[in-house]
Amino acid sequence: MNSVATTIFVALIALVTVLGFVAARWRSGDLSQLAEWGLGGRRFGTVLTWFLLGGDLYTAYTFIAVPALMFGKGAIGFFAVPYTIIVYPLVYAVFPRLWSVARAKNYVTAADFVRGRFGSSSLALAIAVTGVVATMPYIALQLVGMEVVIASVGLPTKLAIGTFAISHLPLLLAFVALGAYTYVSGLRAPAMIAVVKDLLIYGTVIAAVIVIPIELGGYGKIFSSVGAKSLLLAPATSANLGPQSAYATQALGSALALFLYPHAITGLLSASSRHVIRRNAVVLPAYSFALGLIALLGYMAVAAGVKASPAFADGFKAFNDNYAVPALFLRMFPSWFVGVAFAAIAIGALVPAAIMSIACANLFTRNIWREYVERECAPAREARVAKLASLIVAFGGLFFAIGLPVQYAIQLQLLGGVWIIQTLPSVLLGLYFRSLHPHALLLGWLGGLATGTAMAWTKAGVATTYVLHLFGVAIPCYAALSSLVLNLFVSVMLSFVFNVALGGVRTDATTAADYVS
Amino acid sequence: MTGRPRRFRLVHLLLVVPYLAVLWPPLYNRVEPSLAGIPFFYWYQMLWIVIGAAVLVPVYFADERAASK
Repeated sequence: MNSVATTIFVALIALVTVLGFVAARWRSGDLSQLAEWGLGGRRFGTVLTWFLLGGDLYTAYTFIAVPALMFGKGAIGFFAVPYTIIVYPLVYAVFPRLWSVARAKNYVTAADFVRGRFGSSSLALAIAVTGVVATMPYIALQLVGMEVVIASVGLPTKLAIGTFAISHLPLLLAFVALGAYTYVSGLRAPAMIAVVKDLLIYGTVIAAVIVIPIELGGYGKIFSSVGAKSLLLAPATSANLGPQSAYATQALGSALALFLYPHAITGLLSASSRHVIRRNAVVLPAYSFALGLIALLGYMAVAAGVKASPAFADGFKAFNDNYAVPALFLRMFPSWFVGVAFAAIAIGALVPAAIMSIACANLFTRNIWREYVERECAPAREARVAKLASLIVAFGGLFFAIGLPVQYAIQLQLLGGVWIIQTLPSVLLGLYFRSLHPHALLLGWLGGLATGTAMAWTKAGVATTYVLHLFGVAIPCYAALSSLVLNLFVSVMLSFVFNVALGGVRTDATTAADYVS
Repeated sequence: MTGRPRRFRLVHLLLVVPYLAVLWPPLYNRVEPSLAGIPFFYWYQMLWIVIGAAVLVPVYFADERAASK
């Protein structure tokens, strides 16, 4: 339907595929070592880490879903902005410690650290499994984001008539390529590709926030086309704190959860020094700014009236509000630039999908395979297991994305946030307090998982905001945050109990000096 | 780089400032004063992305100076 856009789109995807294979040669190390394959040899400097983490955290699904939420629900969708503001002081203050201890002890995953710190393989297993389970639906969502743009650019997908396999052909091809270069190059592949992706994304965003408002008659017009009700959060009443409470707790809970995700930790641990992490906490907000602008694309899509246009009826029918941004680009941009913008989004799916599968492979290899299956696992063998695991994870995500209704992936990803945050006491508090007891941490984790899931699970599907009733006031609160409070309470209180009742000195493989240099 | 544990310094309080600025929505949940047609709610939070990054700069230099001593 749009041959210029399609050609540019396919060409850019082909370019990054080649880049993914070439990446193996970049400062090449011995790729038969897990830290070389799965962490790029911990050799990424400030600039490359910036691209890698930017590509890792600000994903294609974000670029589709955040504006879609603004498009459909208004101001509440903007919580992504405070979320990505407050995450960086946390990264700055806490994560250099994790990097240092990981470097000192050759830890590749958060579960490795927990294993060493608390000497408990069952707690480490809990951390590892939580990470993998929370990440799988996330990978699937990247593919969903990718499929939206593949369909929009005019390549045949679900919209086309045909058998199952043929209807997903572009997605399958992109994913086979992704699996292959991830297998060959490890973390170096998404790191290199992230550079291309981010340049394309920044180009697209800058063009979008200049060109589209001019065509639509300015920002004032855009905001006035959004209904007054959606433009702000509904005010609190004396009986109900309302959406403002949901907004703030979503921002805080998401910020606490973000860097517990395996793909985020993989990105951090691949940095070449703790200074690189600190510098990145200062410069990564550039992506947050781009994200804020991208969120506003949702309002631009409202102002452009894409939903009423018959040309986009099929797209909205297939992808709901997730079609808002593609529709906006198709309406506003010349077709060559549509190709660039859509390629940016698609490549924006490939980068995190690759890092996520590497991160899950690292967890599986280190904390499940080597712990329970093959204790005497030589380094070369370990790397080989991880490479195979990355393929399995990637294709698991693919199956998830095309074999199951997309609603499952979305709901499981929402639950994933509630689950991953339960690893906070073990991983983040563990960086500071060795006196926490592994049994207590395990019980806190379990309690948090159970209450968080129960709060988020409703008859109508997963709802991340659960209304707490305290002193006669209804307080809508992000379920991840309220369940984390319970988890923290159990972890700390029971640690006192277990330390007194069971006593004894536990093994801690780390020393105070490991955390600070 | 030293092996000494990093001590808390007053400048680290800056790390808390972004939390105070954005986690209390009643502070910014309004339209006026708008800026070039952009409601306060939106430009305030966009501005805090920049300030949030800026407050990390003095913290960074203070920590680097202390580490190189």
